[in-house]
Amino acid sequence: MPIRSMRGALKALVLVAIFFAGVWSQSSGVIDDFIWYLPDVQYLAVQHIWLTLMSGSLAILVAIPLGIVLSRPSMARVAESLMQILNVGTTIPTLAVLALSMSFLGIGTVPAVFGLFVATLLPITRNTYAGLKGVNPALMEAAAGIGMSPMQRLFKVELPNALYVIFAGMRTALTINVGTVPLAFLIGAGGLGELIFTGIDLYDPVMMLSGAIPTALLAIVVDALIATIAFLVVPRGVNPGRA
Amino acid sequence: MIRLDSLTKVFDTPKGAVVAADHIDMEVPEGEICVLLGPSGCGKTTTLKMINRIVKPTSGKVFINGDDTTGLDTQTLRRNIGYVIQQIGLFPNMTIEENITIVPKLLGWDKAKYKARAREMMAMIALEPDAFLKRFPSELSGGQQQRIGVARALAADPPVMLMDEPFGAIDPINRAVIQDEFLKMQQALNKTIMFVSHDIDEAIKMGDRVAVFREGKLVQYSTPDDLLAAPKNAFVESFLGEDRALKRLNLVKVREIVTDEIGTVTPSDTLETALAKIDNYGYQNAILMVNDRKQPAGIVSRSVARTTKGYCRDHFQTVPAVVGLDDDLRKAASLMFAHDQTWLPCVNDEGTVCGQITQRAMTSHLGARYRARQGDDRTPSPAIKE
Repeated sequence: MPIRSMRGALKALVLVAIFFAGVWSQSSGVIDDFIWYLPDVQYLAVQHIWLTLMSGSLAILVAIPLGIVLSRPSMARVAESLMQILNVGTTIPTLAVLALSMSFLGIGTVPAVFGLFVATLLPITRNTYAGLKGVNPALMEAAAGIGMSPMQRLFKVELPNALYVIFAGMRTALTINVGTVPLAFLIGAGGLGELIFTGIDLYDPVMMLSGAIPTALLAIVVDALIATIAFLVVPRGVNPGRA
Repeated sequence: MIRLDSLTKVFDTPKGAVVAADHIDMEVPEGEICVLLGPSGCGKTTTLKMINRIVKPTSGKVFINGDDTTGLDTQTLRRNIGYVIQQIGLFPNMTIEENITIVPKLLGWDKAKYKARAREMMAMIALEPDAFLKRFPSELSGGQQQRIGVARALAADPPVMLMDEPFGAIDPINRAVIQDEFLKMQQALNKTIMFVSHDIDEAIKMGDRVAVFREGKLVQYSTPDDLLAAPKNAFVESFLGEDRALKRLNLVKVREIVTDEIGTVTPSDTLETALAKIDNYGYQNAILMVNDRKQPAGIVSRSVARTTKGYCRDHFQTVPAVVGLDDDLRKAASLMFAHDQTWLPCVNDEGTVCGQITQRAMTSHLGARYRARQGDDRTPSPAIKE
């Protein structure tokens, strides 16, 4: 009982706080300031989404096959060392990756997409590899013993059973991707980073937040979207969400 | 039929070559279950897995129904061999129906046929098709999962099955039930089966033949009864355990040692007649009383018959226990011990008395083979001497 009433009180308090924050922001004109940035936000958000889409889908298209290839028994010898290299690659800050790709590819969308692609590639590859390697060996023996070809084993047994882990990798990678796209502004690719960095430079919190809040919202939406896709795509028997 | 011809597997390990299976020659006749038995690391599983090439043989050949499988491509070979493993290995991403129909699908059956087959298989393993086919393996108990595992292996009706400790991960009570179900199925299906086990009791129960392995070599290959009665050497003897004579009780049916001759009285006989019959037949304690349909109705004890006058119908005791002709000796012995009896009446399927089984008959039957073997030993033969 006391806990319940505490929670109730807390909820009421939060609602009151939100109400007064609303009153304050309306009276101080902050909301109007934000609305003034709306056209910019719209334009830059589309750019932002495009950067994520291009780099993200490219990364998925490369990372999953790469993970599959690395997980084949014939690759066992090189796979571990390659994964180590990829792991080291993950530790390089994305800003440094962007800087490197700029020095090769110049400025604009192409080097930005390339940099984001590299940063997104690694978590997906790693999860694909780990997911496939983590499939219960008994399943693999049963699949082989039943007379499935290596391809049938991959598509009917390995991938469906690793799918949840692969999706987890995509979810992490793409959420990070959305959060990293603002850096692409630094090499001239646009995106919501334009409002964030300019806002910082001009010491204009409203401008900065007009970039930061939509970026955060986008990240949440992407995360939820991929979670939903995973929920629908991963077979029911191996889907913790639908157990 | 499965025939292994000098099948050998050598593993290259960092410590040097290890011979896991050393020139295994054996033949499992059609429709029989052969249990490969031995301690872990003895090569039984390796031998089994060489048949469907999960383990590639170093040398030697495998014949199935007389055909050399060496030239066959691996997938075709495996699709025609049912395979059941200890970890069950149902695919968790597929429904029960998809799991069962996977081999028929691989073989290109059409949809109506494999769907019907799935229902047929469910009926065979006594699980309700409508309740289970659409469920996922994780929603089933271990015992149910392994039944599905067996159904999956049998779905395409392969002539040969390989089972790698299939019931090893199931609790003892369920294991006994599944074993019985499986034996019943096998009576109808008549598959040729190789079955790996490390459990001597399971081997005796399931096997038409038992192959005992040790350190990669086939030590003894014989029927369970022969194995228990005449272990070839000290290793087999110790592996079978000191109570191996008792294990044979499982293998012998009452039918085999029952004597037709049994003296009985009827309720209308006098106790004098009863006493006379007891003495005539040489019974020590009592005589069986049967009713007019020749069913056991009671026993009249010698002491009562000697000291009392009257009719049997007024002076009998209840029959302590009876055994059926198809019961095994283990049950008969257990009943004798439980009721402190040296003999039990035997009844046939209709419940009419058809003979008796005595402790003497049981012990002399079990002992006969040992005595015969000791006789062998006196004439030294290199094969048995070890």
